[in-house]
Amino acid sequence: MSSSQQSRFDPSEEIISPAIGLKGWMRWIWRQLTSMRTALILLLLLAAAAVPGSVFPQRSADPNGVTAYFKNNPALAPVLDAIQLFDVYTSVWFSAIYILLFISLIGCVVPRTGAHARALRLPPVETPRNLKRMPAYLAVELTAAKSKDELLGKAQQLLKKQGYRTLLAGDASTGSVSAERGYLRETGNLVFHLSLIGVLIAVGVGGGLSYSGQRVLVEGESFVNNLAGYDSFSPGTFFKEEQLVPYAVRLDKFEVDFYRDETLKNRSNSGTPTDFRAFVSTTLGSTGEQGEAKIRVNEPLEMPNGNIYLTGNGYAPSITIRDAKGQVVYSGATPYLPQDANYTSLGVIKVTDVPKQFGIIAFFYPTVGELESGALTSLYPDPAIPMISMNVYEGDLGINDGEPKNVFALDVKNMTQVAGGKSGVKGLRLQLGETVKLPKDLGTVTFDGLKRFASLDVSHNPGGIWVLFFALLSLAGVTTSLLVPRRRVWVRRTENGFEVAALARGDDPILEKVVADLASELAPNKRGAKKVAKPAASPKQKVADE
Amino acid sequence: MNSITLNADLAAVSRLVVEGAMLVYTFAFLSFALHLSQLASTKKSVRAGASRLERVGIALLILAATIHGVGMTLRGISASRVPWANMYEFSITGSFIVVFIFLLALAIKDIRLIATFVTGFTLLVLGVADTVFYVEVKSLMPALQSYWLVIHVLVAVLATAFFNIAAALSIAYLFKTANWVKVSKAKAVATFRRVLALFPKEETLERLAYRFNIIGFILWTFTLIAGAIWAERAWHRYWGWDTKEVWTFIIWTIYAGYLHANATRGWSGKRSAWLGIIGFLAIIFNFTIVNLYFKGLHVYSGL
Repeated sequence: MSSSQQSRFDPSEEIISPAIGLKGWMRWIWRQLTSMRTALILLLLLAAAAVPGSVFPQRSADPNGVTAYFKNNPALAPVLDAIQLFDVYTSVWFSAIYILLFISLIGCVVPRTGAHARALRLPPVETPRNLKRMPAYLAVELTAAKSKDELLGKAQQLLKKQGYRTLLAGDASTGSVSAERGYLRETGNLVFHLSLIGVLIAVGVGGGLSYSGQRVLVEGESFVNNLAGYDSFSPGTFFKEEQLVPYAVRLDKFEVDFYRDETLKNRSNSGTPTDFRAFVSTTLGSTGEQGEAKIRVNEPLEMPNGNIYLTGNGYAPSITIRDAKGQVVYSGATPYLPQDANYTSLGVIKVTDVPKQFGIIAFFYPTVGELESGALTSLYPDPAIPMISMNVYEGDLGINDGEPKNVFALDVKNMTQVAGGKSGVKGLRLQLGETVKLPKDLGTVTFDGLKRFASLDVSHNPGGIWVLFFALLSLAGVTTSLLVPRRRVWVRRTENGFEVAALARGDDPILEKVVADLASELAPNKRGAKKVAKPAASPKQKVADE
Repeated sequence: MNSITLNADLAAVSRLVVEGAMLVYTFAFLSFALHLSQLASTKKSVRAGASRLERVGIALLILAATIHGVGMTLRGISASRVPWANMYEFSITGSFIVVFIFLLALAIKDIRLIATFVTGFTLLVLGVADTVFYVEVKSLMPALQSYWLVIHVLVAVLATAFFNIAAALSIAYLFKTANWVKVSKAKAVATFRRVLALFPKEETLERLAYRFNIIGFILWTFTLIAGAIWAERAWHRYWGWDTKEVWTFIIWTIYAGYLHANATRGWSGKRSAWLGIIGFLAIIFNFTIVNLYFKGLHVYSGL
């Protein structure tokens, strides 16, 4: 430890100087942090830090992608995870950058707000002694004595009319008018930056109060808006279950339109979905009030404390399975996940109410066709020739240990395949209405009907409207601050005429024109007026904004 | 309920018209390039004939833009909607708007000298659109069926056009201020120097780039907000760090940096010009690489 540092804690030593040193250091750090240069560097850092989030899958946007990444890169993934590359936007380093940026912003904007508030109450600055040094300058010689006396009054009047604040100093023969306009530029600038703080707070608080729940409904099924009613649910930090208003939603019917090209001139567009419609009926828990509605992709249904969105759809073939004695052991429509644009869909059936459990991995083809390899595929998304193919697995389904299991996946690790694949028994194929025998005397399976399902998402974010409010305010602010010119204009009487000069604070495309226009308006009598222009404008007005 | 009618024949006509526009753009580009080379000539007689060539170039450019606009409109009619729902359409509409804004700007400000760049860039975009991005006319997927497609995408195209012209001005500025251009004794560089001498002053180029960039920034801010409003309707959240959202944010941040650079001592001038160009490169990256290779919700390339 050096002596100077020791002295800071030694009352016998001179104490004032080091204390100022510390304070000075703090002030220096604060100045650095709130400087424009730091803001600029932090902005560029933020831009760079956001890039990896678009390169690596993110848990928030693409959780399945993260799982797949871990599977495909088992060595690299944990390393990337340790530096939070799968959670970039909530990571320590990304947060550090934007928090520093906002501290810098507050440190810069708050004092500027005070300064601006004072400036708004002050009159324009006094006319500088040497106007020739201003970036825009004109000197005009006048001959008529009459116009000389009225000149400054007229200049003040003209400038006032154009929205300038003016200050008349001195007498009619040697005085000057000082004028300033565009205070709105700084107001807009401050509104923009303060609104960004508003956006950040609204995003944070709104995110904490938000929730979203997902539920898959087959036609005819309903769900109740409580935690148990959802397949998955993501609450914000401050979420309380009371936010979920009790109501029930039933999916009555689901309709899909696919583009049909009768002319066959544009085959590539054939089968493209053109509309999805979910017809639902709702019942409010509090009043029992019933309603019917249609939900489309860009048209969510507004319910109390949250909208219901349509996020996905597919087929849910109805299957009935009977054991060898003809007893029904499984019956129902199960959602199959679409795998391609023609709705080749993958579903899983788990039969548990039998002495020997078995599971089925099934593919559904709405319009079945055969590839050259012999594999089946779907040729069109509408159910023209619907068919299901099944692989059957016997053994422990792993659902007795109480662990929640994915209904769309079958863990075949502890199971033996008894139909399809290398089992020696051909996979089962069923057309609509058909019944086929299951292998190993497991019974029969019937494809009795076809329904559709809809994936619904109930989302609520009370902060959203505030984010929008502040975002629009910031847009208004930035537009004002970039487009409203701020400038000072001076008119001074000289011995044989007058001079006009202007200084822009920030970019000002018409600075020279302003001076020229003002000069010609003040000396409409061209005969006696002789303009003397000043040499080229000094560079870079923009810097003056700093 | 196939109420949407697609007219494949008309789409084919539209493609031919756009290709016709490319041909005229090529002649316009050649005129501008030849004009610059004549201006750089050491012979006075050659320099004297140059301005006629420039007038020819501008006339050709207006003709090309008109044909281009017709082709774009036909594409919209053939699909019964706005012509910017996939990469091909976005390219032909975007490049048309670049040329349109450039021609409008010509009426206000003398920036004829970057015509070579603007025409060349348009030709490049159209060439890639016609050969790589081309898709048959397609119906709109449900997620795109919203009036926000008109607002959000159109404003994004407009912003891109302003950033594009600003980038052209910044490139000219950087060449003009580059030390190697100023001092090199190589003959080619000397010719180049004579061409650059014809461009507006350094400060003028810098300031014009700034003005195009601030308009671009305001429009981009709007694009971002409009995108969030649409995302709230279509994807049940206003912001979710989808790859396209990430890049929209990155671009916004770079240009915010550009604006700050212009007010920071030691950063205005060359450094801020570079930031403007980096911002525009990010836009190109966002439109090409992110669209084609990154996974996300904005899967609208049609490829």
